Amino acid sequence: MSERSDRLSVFKTYKLYVGGKFPRSESGRVYEVTDSKGKWLANAPQSSRKDARDAVVAARKAFGGWSGATAYNRGQILYRIAEMLEGRRDQFVREVAEAEGLSKSKAAAVVDAAVDRWVWYAGWTDKIAQIVGGANPVAGPFFNLSTPEPTGVVTVLAPQESSFLGLVSVLAPVIAAGNTAVVVASAESPLPALSLGEVLATSDLPGGVVNILSGRTAEIAAPLASHQDVNGIDLTGADAELAKELEIAAADNLKRVSRPQAVDGDGDWSTDPGTRRLTAFLETKTVWHPTGALGASGSSY
Amino acid sequence: MASAFEYAPAPESRSVVDIAPSYGLFIDGEFTDAADGQVFKTVSPSSEEVLSEVARAGTADVDRAVQAARRAFEKWSALPGSERAKYLFRIARIIQERSRELAVLETLDNGKPIKETRDADLPLVAAHFFYYAGWADKLDHAGYGANPRPLGVAGQIIPWNFPLLMLAWKIAPALATGNTVVLKPAETTPLSALFFADICRQAGLPKGVVNILTGYGDAGSALVEHPDVNKIAFTGSTAVGKAIARQIAGTGKKATLELGGKGANIVFDDAPVDQAVEGIVTGIFFNQGQVCCAGSRLLVQESIEDELLDSLKRRLSTLRLGDPLDKNTDIGAINSQEQLSRITALVETGEAEGADRWSAPCELPSAGYWFAPTLFTGVTQAHTVARDEIFGPVLSVLSFRTPDEAVAKANNSQYGLSAGIWTEKGSRILAVANKLRAGVVWANTFNKFDPTSPFGGYKESGFGREGGRHGLEGYLDV
Repeated sequence: MSERSDRLSVFKTYKLYVGGKFPRSESGRVYEVTDSKGKWLANAPQSSRKDARDAVVAARKAFGGWSGATAYNRGQILYRIAEMLEGRRDQFVREVAEAEGLSKSKAAAVVDAAVDRWVWYAGWTDKIAQIVGGANPVAGPFFNLSTPEPTGVVTVLAPQESSFLGLVSVLAPVIAAGNTAVVVASAESPLPALSLGEVLATSDLPGGVVNILSGRTAEIAAPLASHQDVNGIDLTGADAELAKELEIAAADNLKRVSRPQAVDGDGDWSTDPGTRRLTAFLETKTVWHPTGALGASGSSY
Repeated sequence: MASAFEYAPAPESRSVVDIAPSYGLFIDGEFTDAADGQVFKTVSPSSEEVLSEVARAGTADVDRAVQAARRAFEKWSALPGSERAKYLFRIARIIQERSRELAVLETLDNGKPIKETRDADLPLVAAHFFYYAGWADKLDHAGYGANPRPLGVAGQIIPWNFPLLMLAWKIAPALATGNTVVLKPAETTPLSALFFADICRQAGLPKGVVNILTGYGDAGSALVEHPDVNKIAFTGSTAVGKAIARQIAGTGKKATLELGGKGANIVFDDAPVDQAVEGIVTGIFFNQGQVCCAGSRLLVQESIEDELLDSLKRRLSTLRLGDPLDKNTDIGAINSQEQLSRITALVETGEAEGADRWSAPCELPSAGYWFAPTLFTGVTQAHTVARDEIFGPVLSVLSFRTPDEAVAKANNSQYGLSAGIWTEKGSRILAVANKLRAGVVWANTFNKFDPTSPFGGYKESGFGREGGRHGLEGYLDV
């Protein structure tokens, strides 16, 4: 089929991704999203405080199931996300090129790196406990084992510049560790993030594990930072002033805070991500149990 | 015992698997005949039907395969870990896709029940590749220092009791760490490894990274001897393990040996009897007892011995022995005539030495290799059936009075692979586990496996660990 130049294309209505569904903002608001040259791309939902709260409810509801799934199962699902993303490669190359003003080949490299990042974190789900957990040789007749567990519901402010690889790089570790997430997409370039919702929805990822909001970062982040049912916040997408404000609000229920890192500001998301983002939203649980005694004899062999 | 319910046959379809009349060796990405043209037949142990004819590797073929693996090593080991990871993820996914086919194939070639290949072997095989795929780009985090290097060419020799699972245990960590492999499956179960070669093709794995040599012990020995092999991984008998240890003495070859066992399954008087009985059955009758970590010695506290044995015999009488492809079958065929003869001889020795034999009343099929679930009571620690690995559906029952005595008896073995503890008391589980000289201790469960969990033995059950983070060490120059 050759493309007819006179055929009118069908636009996509970009919607939020909350609780496994694709709602519009309850506020009914949208804002104009343009490419780097100012050309109109789409109208994105401008999320409200209510949208943010709804997303937290969805994330909380999904937490029991997701954190209770086996690490192997979570790994399988993260790998499935990579598979689905690879299949939509062309779509994301176009969206990332438009969003970030990249050439097609550079955008392709970004999307490939994002696919590989899902694969990287798919492999971590059942290994992180073997890196940061373990038996502790306490001086007494006790079995003593430390195990990492997810913190809970985590708000993720995705980076403003790297609308896709940056987004995946901050989101994947949060859910790989077993948390559920409320993601605030890049304000200027939210479209790749909103499209990612379509990938997540077809990857066996339970609804509510990832919730994606678009809009004005400060407007959405403020209620999330002060929300008493949010356990952690990644401030990557906030500037210094906003980050400080949100960190103060987050102190109310002692949210785990991941501050914007100097390296994040460089905009180079292609480097080895290490484990920092995985451990940022993990708790360590230590279990003691007496080992009893068999008497002095036992066996010397 | 008369059974209240009769089962209608529920056979799994064979049509899902297409076995070719003959197979070559898989060397450098191609199927090829043995240099001297030798072949051997593989039969289905439940019917003695010839399934296929496969090439029998000789010394020249071993050399060809090792050279192919050596040539492939430079590029494979230089690939970024993330790229090696993606090859392994592909393999894991293709195994998942083809798992029913592989389960039926494995049941045909090995004789074990489809219930086991379908629900245990194959899911574990896929999971093992999935797990080690994830390590390929994370070796810096594995605790062996920065940028740990592979060893080179790994020679891997696997047994017939879990053909594809043992292949996965060997190949997945080897490839993840950047080694290339030459693998020899057992002569009685060559087929699933050859099907795995086809999976490597589908995954686009570079040629020479995996080479499969079907053959006998002479090919295995030549592989161990080959000067250009850097690592030997062997699962099999303790006698052959010792021979390998001697063969590689004075060379730079690193070895992992996963050998025999005589696992003690210790049941205390407070254990829930029904659960313990199920655990004892799983421990010794899973895979017809042809399991190196089988709980082949039951140590039962004296006060509950009679009650437990009554329950156990009642349960054994309900096990269904027969067509391995039937979904209701619990006990399949013994893998070979040779193994059946060995089991029979050891059981005769047990009777001759004065232990009391009891076998479940079940009809054995006329064709194939079969042995009824059997237990010995009146066994002492000096009896052959309490000391030697039978590798069959034969349980030796001993009793004890105190936890100390249980531990002393459990540890009174040349082996130290596995053990089981059954008690409601957590502190007793941990106290006993602390004293057991065994690489894997199961409490209130038995024969559980997971790719994240290291497996391997103490003492003459071998050395090195397979599975988990620990499983990487055997394939790294650390």
